[in-house]
Formats: sequence, structure tokens, C-alpha cells
Amino acid sequence: MFDQTIVTLSISSLLLPVFGFALIVLFNKRFPQIYKLGIGILLFGLASAITIMVIKFTQYLHNDIIFRFTWIDFGNIPGIGKTQIVLGVKIDNIATIMLFVVNLISSLVHIYSLEYMKGDSRFNRYYAYLGIFTFSMIGIVIADNLLMMYIFWELVGLSSYLLIGFWYEKKSASDAGKKAFLTNRVGDIGMLIGILILYTNYHTFTFDQIFHEISLGHIPFGSSGWLTATGILVFLGAVGKSAQFPLHVWLPDAMEGPTPVSALIHSATMVAAGVYLSLRIFPILTADAMLFIAVIGGFTSFLAASIALTQNDIKRVLAYSTVSQLGYMVMSVGVGAYTFAFFHLVTHAFFKSNLFLGSGSVIHAMHHEQDIRNMGGLRKKMPVTYTTFVISSLALSGIPLFSGFLSKDGILAGSLAFAHLTGHWLLPTFGFLVAMMTAFYMFRLIIIAFHGKPRNQEKYDHAHETPLVMTIPLIVLATLSLFFWFSPNPVSPESGWFLSKWVHTPQQVIPNESRYHFMINDNTVEQENAENSAPVMNSEEYEHAMHWAHIPTLTMSITLAGLGVLLAFLLYQWRVFDPDKWAEKLKPLYLFSLNKWYVDEFYAATFIGGTIGLSKLLSLFDKYVVDGIVNGTAFVTRGLSNISGVFDKYVVDGAVNGTAFLSGLLGLGFRKLQTGKIQTYIVLVVFSILILLLLI
Amino acid sequence: MSGFPILSLLTFIPLIGMIVVLLLKKGQEKEVKYVSLIATGLQVILAIILIANFDFTKGGIFDPNTFQFLENYKWIEIFGGSWIGTIKINYIVGADGISAPMILLTAIISFIATLSSWTINKSVKGYFALFLLLDTAMMGVFVSLNFFLFYVFWELMLLPMYFLIGIWGGPRKEYAAIKFFIYTLVGSVFMLLVMIGLYFSATQTLPDGSHAFTFNFFALMNQSNYNTTGILSPLNPHNLRFIAYIFLFIGFAIKIPMFPFHTWLPDAHVEAPTPISVILAGVLLKMGTYGILRISYPIFPQITRELIWYIALFGMINMIYGAFVALAQKDFKKLIAYSSVSHMGYVLLGMASLTTIGINGAIFQMFNHGTITAMLFLIVGVVYDRAHTRGIYEFGGLANQMPVYTGFVTVAFFAAIGLPSLSGFVSEALVFLGAFSVEAIRTVTIISTLAILLGAAYMLWTLQRIFFGELNEKWKSLPDLNGREYAMFIPLMLIIIFLGIYPSPMIHLMNTSVTSLVNFISANSVNLTMSGF
Repeated sequence: MFDQTIVTLSISSLLLPVFGFALIVLFNKRFPQIYKLGIGILLFGLASAITIMVIKFTQYLHNDIIFRFTWIDFGNIPGIGKTQIVLGVKIDNIATIMLFVVNLISSLVHIYSLEYMKGDSRFNRYYAYLGIFTFSMIGIVIADNLLMMYIFWELVGLSSYLLIGFWYEKKSASDAGKKAFLTNRVGDIGMLIGILILYTNYHTFTFDQIFHEISLGHIPFGSSGWLTATGILVFLGAVGKSAQFPLHVWLPDAMEGPTPVSALIHSATMVAAGVYLSLRIFPILTADAMLFIAVIGGFTSFLAASIALTQNDIKRVLAYSTVSQLGYMVMSVGVGAYTFAFFHLVTHAFFKSNLFLGSGSVIHAMHHEQDIRNMGGLRKKMPVTYTTFVISSLALSGIPLFSGFLSKDGILAGSLAFAHLTGHWLLPTFGFLVAMMTAFYMFRLIIIAFHGKPRNQEKYDHAHETPLVMTIPLIVLATLSLFFWFSPNPVSPESGWFLSKWVHTPQQVIPNESRYHFMINDNTVEQENAENSAPVMNSEEYEHAMHWAHIPTLTMSITLAGLGVLLAFLLYQWRVFDPDKWAEKLKPLYLFSLNKWYVDEFYAATFIGGTIGLSKLLSLFDKYVVDGIVNGTAFVTRGLSNISGVFDKYVVDGAVNGTAFLSGLLGLGFRKLQTGKIQTYIVLVVFSILILLLLI
Repeated sequence: MSGFPILSLLTFIPLIGMIVVLLLKKGQEKEVKYVSLIATGLQVILAIILIANFDFTKGGIFDPNTFQFLENYKWIEIFGGSWIGTIKINYIVGADGISAPMILLTAIISFIATLSSWTINKSVKGYFALFLLLDTAMMGVFVSLNFFLFYVFWELMLLPMYFLIGIWGGPRKEYAAIKFFIYTLVGSVFMLLVMIGLYFSATQTLPDGSHAFTFNFFALMNQSNYNTTGILSPLNPHNLRFIAYIFLFIGFAIKIPMFPFHTWLPDAHVEAPTPISVILAGVLLKMGTYGILRISYPIFPQITRELIWYIALFGMINMIYGAFVALAQKDFKKLIAYSSVSHMGYVLLGMASLTTIGINGAIFQMFNHGTITAMLFLIVGVVYDRAHTRGIYEFGGLANQMPVYTGFVTVAFFAAIGLPSLSGFVSEALVFLGAFSVEAIRTVTIISTLAILLGAAYMLWTLQRIFFGELNEKWKSLPDLNGREYAMFIPLMLIIIFLGIYPSPMIHLMNTSVTSLVNFISANSVNLTMSGF
């Protein structure tokens, strides 16, 4: 009976923000205070999310709430049968948690922006866009089918585009918005083709039905190669949205948007949608697809972390850090550590949005200064911002007692277990290197920006702690970065309710020969789940490997993170080593990192340049060749009719004087051939038709 | 509804309007405009009545008994000599799920185009007379169920269109007009040949038991009506049906316009006044694909099935080539014109699938392209009216100068990009779903998906160049939309949003007919396993 409540609440928290968007856009001139509507709706959304969470976890822990409706009905198609396009929502445990995360962070950003965006000429419009973002993000979270996922996928793309380019007077901002949308579309093409494959084979978009069909042994086009391809193609959507290599280039540029937007969309929620999608399709990922995903994720995390080491823009460091952490999550999906991917998604959402909001606080205080080399010493001026920033950095760096440690450790253990089982040792190597690099670049950032002496005295003097509307969200999020929310034991995530009760790895549905051997369920373990919920994976082999990896991961990750922090202090705080000298010594590497591996330059020269060049070439081809043939034909025809006109006038006309009417008409026509008179052309045309008819 | 000649009224109300316009005195320009507005307004009301009374369970296509609002009168009956016999041509009009969306579209677009014509002040009487004549001809094409009648209306469109571009157009109007005229006329000649060929190949049994040659679509679709000697008779071992199919296809392809017959379109659009561009993109381009579905497909089902790979291929070329060329344009209107080429490619691809979903998507795309591109051309018109230039690079920063206008532009652009929740997405998705499910054209479909990226590229780039950035000093005084422009944009936008969120009514309208068309083709053709590439 409470399931109706859950459906109602989730659908209203989905739809209200979009009504808010419409009302604000339509009436923002008439009612300057209308942005409050957006905030009110979000607070309602947060209340709904909490209610849903309470009901779901108390009443329906093992049952998914599903609500479906027919969107398009094609009736009975011969050869296929009843064909419908059914949409629906599915509130399972991960959707419930995501609803809470999205609504919470969105609410905090709504409040925070009251101060941050104060005085902006498009203040109301900003809130409208936040509304449409919340709407589309919730849509992704609660979708129970791929089509709806794709629909909202594109819509978050729109809101991201609008918000990145919010200050569209700046060319860099509108460029960044466009780049984000187009880069995402590249991935979306893959996702679209993947969806087309699934629909062609199963005539449904619904996850559960697709999984059911596959579990019966119906694989796409009867080939395991297509099954792998399908998984990878749908995953390409995630590569775009979650900014994975090679489509990661848009996310750092997306920092052109207002900073609260970066906190909400480009770190905590939307970019995590890719990971969420990968989790949704997890049951159909073959061994090859999983390896592909793991390698993409592992490499991305390394690539981005290596770039973050040298960046000087506070937001860019955080942006690359986000790409890197998303890489972690993606790798985690690939190595089969499903639960830790989702776990890290949640913990990361809190501490990374906190870091962005903290950087926003700094930027706000420093009057839009983003270069950390012009900061310094802010610790004393902005104690709240500093403290919360450090807490979140510790979480991000994977220091015990903080949430990030729990989730990140799981991912590293997962990659180590995976390597142990499959021999792909490169993945944990990436993982542990990144752990150290993360600790280093975060503390480099903290030391340069907050410690030491101010480098720009004037800006420093004007700086001050930001007001409560901005610091309260920081405090809330910093608190959520502590371990005890997730697990009573600060070094063991498994003992927490999050992993032991709420989130389980679903069982894969693909044929056993397509899976990794350790993804095959043990028959010995009994299923304890209720019918409505996806069966849980039970593989003793995998459990053993994870268990084996636990202690080595724990020691190594703490050591490496500690080393990273220490190195940052040695270089930037205590100046035992001079960072500039080291940069000079390692110049090629330093420049490679500073210039982001030259990926943007490479794309500009190849894909973008190629597309523009081809478009110009085809445009010329169109003008001179295709149209040239048309005009040439016209020219020749005109010439021929001129000749026949002359022939007509002097030969035919002279000979057949009697047919006065016809010759008069023709004569009139052809004499005035180039005058542009319409009759002329009509006659010409009529004559041409006659010739054509005679010829054919 | 039986007995009420709603289709004839829909077709000839503009003609009556034209006569009224011609009877008005010189100087009564306001009255002329209102007469047109009333005529096209009545058309919209009638079209809505038609849809409201439409029986969604009736298929139409090949079966006169399931056509709705059918009117069948004796029209021409002349003795044509001993070997031709008596020529009996009926005036026969009717609607089914394929024509109903087009009838609605024609009515809506004509009404909006009338509003957009309000600013015409050069020989107003002549303009509106021709405009209304064009409206009659367009509606006539969509309701005709007889090849001869179809052809008459088809040709009737040309003349007003020619003058409307040639007199009220831009600097190179004469070139554009004659190009349009000759190009489409060449297509008509091809069609005429096929029409005559078909006429002499099939006979229809009359109520009195005698047989007579026929232009009737239903009769031509029925294989048993063909004689053994006609050059386009499938019973004739030396028939020329294949060549006829190609001829007919070219005739329609020019109108779509399909690569490589598309170059008249950018010229015609660039020179045509805004309302005529709206008509051209909104309605005229649909006639090509409509003709293929109405005539080529059911009359030549076997050849259609054999050629689907090529149809899909040309669809793909249109989609990608059109998008690439659009990307390079510096003239706003030309860019939109090429985007039309690209978007009409989706229609071809969907049609080529010969599946219910794909053809539903294709017709839906025709309707959506009609509304979306009409809006895009109106958008170009608004800025051209004010700034007297269409150079994309001459603008910038209009978003702050004309915020309401920018809002409508954003909706229209994203509709063209195929953003979900706007109508273009649904039809494009259905086209891809339908086309992908057919193995023969799967590779082509996969390549075609590139168009959704290129489409976003040229649209967003245009949005950026015209509306974002700093405002050019020159345009500091451009006013935002006026009431009349609101009246043009709002209905189109509401349709685009409504059908994007709730496409069911439109699918419902088409689905039965589409299914019977698909069934008819598969029943009347041998299923050949084709392998593309």
C-alpha cells in the first residue's frame, strides 16, 4: 500500500521541477521573486526523497517498486505481434539512494546560489535551469527502461549546455557548452545503436524484460560478439556523460559555468549518470565488455590524475580530479565491484560537491579569482571554508575516518582481486598510482591556496568568510564526508548498512560462457531475495579474492595516500624541494601534464578540423559540381533551343507561313529568351517537354 | 459525417477565397489579407473536424471501402478515338492515415504562412490570390485518389509558386524561380510518362460490366486489373515497370529534394519571401515522399522491395551530406535549407525500412519537419525583416537584445537537433528503430546516426554565432517579437512540444494505414533476402 506513495512521490518530485522551470521562464519578468518557487519545489523534492527512502528501506527492502505505462501503441504488427513502447519508473535501492543524493545536493546548491549568484542579471533563469536539470536527472535515476534513460540523458545534456553557457556573453562559455553537448552526442550515438540492437532483438526497452530474455539464452542476433558489442555501445553513452577517455575533454571546459553548477552537475550528479547507466546494464556485460570498461576507467583515472598534478586553476584541478574519480567508478564496474562503484559514486558526490562549493566560496571571496597562484593564506580569513575543504580533501585522498577511504578502498581491492583472478595487473597499478597522485594534488591545492602567505595582498585584503547561506551547505556536506554515515567501522565498509543491507551486486544474466568464471553464481548459496528484486550475485570465488585483497589494499592505499600528502607538504609547505626546479628538471613530463596530454590540440587538428574541412569541401562540391551540372544542362539546353529557334525562325517559319499562330508564339518566345520574362520560359519549357516526349 | 464533402471544401475554400480576393477593389489590402486569413482559418477548423471524425480503425491505402470522407463523382468523359476508347476520369478524393497528417499540416502551415504574409506590401492582391491558389493545389494533391487529378493539382502548384518566388522574391529571384520551375517540371514530365503508361496498362470494371482504362489509384494497385499488353503491366513479360519506377521516383525525388536533385532548394529558399519558404519547406517538400508512399509503393510493391537498400542509401546521403553542407553555410537561410535536405533524409530512411515503426516514423517526421522547419524559416524571417541581412557572422549577442525571440529559437533549434520531449526526437527515433530492424539496411542506418551529431553541430554553432557573445552595436535597436509573430510561433511551438511528450494521437492516426500499407507490400511482393554492402 505504501508502494503507491513511493510512485506518487517520485513522479511528483520528477515533474514539479519542470513545471517550476516553465513557470519561471514564462513569468520571470513579471515576478522577480519567482526563483523562490524553484527553491520550494526542491525542498519538497528533498522531503519526498527522504520519505521514499524511509518507506523503501523499512517496507520494501527487497522489493522494487515499478510503475509502467504505454507511451506509443502500434497495435498488432504482423510477424512481431503486439508492439508497444512502454515507459516506466522503477524505484529500487540504488534509485532510492540516488534520489536522495540528487535532491539533497540540488537543494543545497539552490540555497548556496542565493548568495553566489546574487545580482546576476539572469538570476531567475538560473533557477529555472536548475529546475530542468533536477527534472532530467531524476528521470535518469528512476527510469526502468533504456528509452526513458536516453530521453532524460539528452535532457540533462540540454540543462548542462544551458548552464555551462549560462554566461553566454563570454565566448569561452558558449564554446564550452557547445563542446559539452557535441562530445556527449558522440557517446550518445553509441548508446543509441546499442539501444537499437536491444530493441530489434527484444521489442522492449525495459531493463527487466531485456534481462529476462537474455537469461533465457536469447542473445542479440544469436551471437556473443553482438552481446559484447551491445554492452560496449551502451557504455559509450557513459563514456560521454561520465567524461571518460577519449571523450573526457568537455568536462574541464565545463568549468566555465557558475561554480555551484559545477558542484551539482559536473561533479556530483550528472557526470555520475554514466556510472549509474553502467550499473544498470551490469547484468548483460560480458567478460570482454567488462574488461573494456575496466581499462577505459583505469586509464582515464590515471590520465586525469596526471593532468591534475600541474593545473593552477582551482576549478580545473577539481575537474580533472572528478574525471579521475569517475574513472575509478567506471573501472570498478568493469572489475565487477558493482557495490563499490555505487558506493564511491555516493561518497564522491558529497565530498566533491563540497570541494566545488568550497572553491566557489573562495572564488566568491576573491572576486572571481580562480588561479591558485594568486591565493595563499586564506586559511585564516576563511576558517569554515578551509576546514570543510580539508575534510573533503581527506575524504577524496582516501584517508581513514573519512567516507572516501571506505569506498575507494573497495574499488582498489576490487581491482586487485580482479587482477588476481584474471592477471590484468595494470588496473590495480593505475588504481594505486592514482591514489597517491590524488592525495598529492589535493594537498598541493590546499597548501598553495590556503596556507602560507598571501601572494596577492590586495585581493587577500578584500577576502572574507562567506555568509551562512554558503557555509551551511559546506558544513552539511563536510559532515557527510565522515565515515560513520556509511559504516560503523572506519576501515571496513562491509560492516555498514550501505553495503550489507542496501546495495548488492545483481546476478548477471548472460550465458555462462560469456562471463568471467568468477561472475558465475555458486549453486550452493541460497537466494534469500524476494521475487521483485533482481537476484544477487553469489560467487564464492569472487568473495575469496576480495577477502584476499583486503589487507594488502588497506596497507598500500594508506601508505600511498600518506606519501602523496607528505610529498605535497615537502614540496609546497616546507619547501624541502623546490617545485619550480623539479618542474624544470622534468620539463617534458611537466609540459605534457600541464597541456593535458595535448588531447584537445589533437582533436582540433583531426576530428574538428576534418569535419569543418570536409563540410567546406562538400559545400564547394555542391555549388560547383552538383549545381554546376544543373546549370550546365540548362546552359546547353538554352543553347540548343537558341539554335532551334534560329532554325525555326528562318527555316520552319519561312517555309510554313500558314501556321501563323504557332510560329508567332515561338518567335516571340525565343527572341526574348534572355529577358527574364516568364512567358518566354513557359514556352521554352513547353517546347522542351515536347522534345523530351518525342525523344523518349 | 457521411455525405458532407469535407475534403472538397478543404481543397476549394482557398479557391473561393481567391475569387473573393480578385473581386475586391484596388486598395482594399486589409480586406484581402483578412479574406485569406479567414479562408485558411476555415481550413484549419475543417482539418480539425476531419481529424476529430476520423475512424482510426480504417486502413485506406488500396481499399476504397476503408477510405474516409470519400467523394467520387464523374468528371471527364470523352471519346478519345478508336484505340483509346472512352476516357473516363472521376473526381475522387478521400483520406486515410497517410494523407490525414498531411492535410492537417497543410492547413496549419497555410494559416501560419498567411500570418507571416502580413508584411507583404507589393501588389498584395496578386500575392494573396496566388497564395490561395497554391493552397488549393497543395491540399488537392493530398486528397486526390486518382492519378490524373493528382497530376492536375501537382502541376497547379507550380504556377503560383513560380510567380510567388519570381515576383516577390529576393535579388536573384528570377534565376531561383526558373530553376525551381524547370526542375520540378522535369520531374512532372517523368511522372506524366508513368501516369500515361499505367493508364494504358490497367482496366477497371465499371458498374455496367464494361472495362475501361483507369487512372484510379485503387485500380492500379490491384494486380488483377492489369492487361497483358500494357507496357507497365506486370503480366507483360517485356514490361518497363522498373524504368517506370525509377522515372516516378526521380519525379518525386526532385520534390523531396533528394541528392543529387536538391540544388534548386537552397536557391529557391534563399530568394523566396519568408511565407513562401515556410510553405515550401513545410508542405511542398512532403509531396515527394507522400507521392512515393501513396503511388510508388503500393503500385510497384515488388520493385519497391527490391530497391529498399538504394532508397535507404539515398536517405543516408541526404542526412549526412545535407548536414555537412549545412555546416559550411554562412547564410542563415541557406543553412536552414540544407538542414531540410538532411531532415528529409530521415523520411527516406524510415520509408525504406518497410516496417510499421519505420514508416510511422517517416510520416511523423514529415509532419514534424513541416512544423519545425516552418518555425525555423519564420525565425530567419524575423531577423531578416529587422536587420535586412542573413549573414550568420554579422550577428552575435542577440540573446540579450531579443530574449523572447531567442527563447523560441532555442526551442526550434533543439527540436531540429532531435532533443527528446520535442516532436523531432520521436520521429527520428522511430525511423532509426524501424530501419535498424531490417537487416538489409542496418549498416546504412548505423552510418546515418552520424547525422544526429552533425545536426547538433551546425545548429548549436549557429545558435552561438547569432545569439551568444557580445551584441554588435548595429543591432542595438532591433525590437523583440510583436503580437503577430507571437501568433505564428506559439501554435507551432505548442504542437512541437505536445507531440514530443505525447505522440500517441499522431501515431494512432497513421498506424492502421501504415500497417495495411506494410502488409500490402509484403503480400504483393516476394520477400527477397537482400544483402547490403
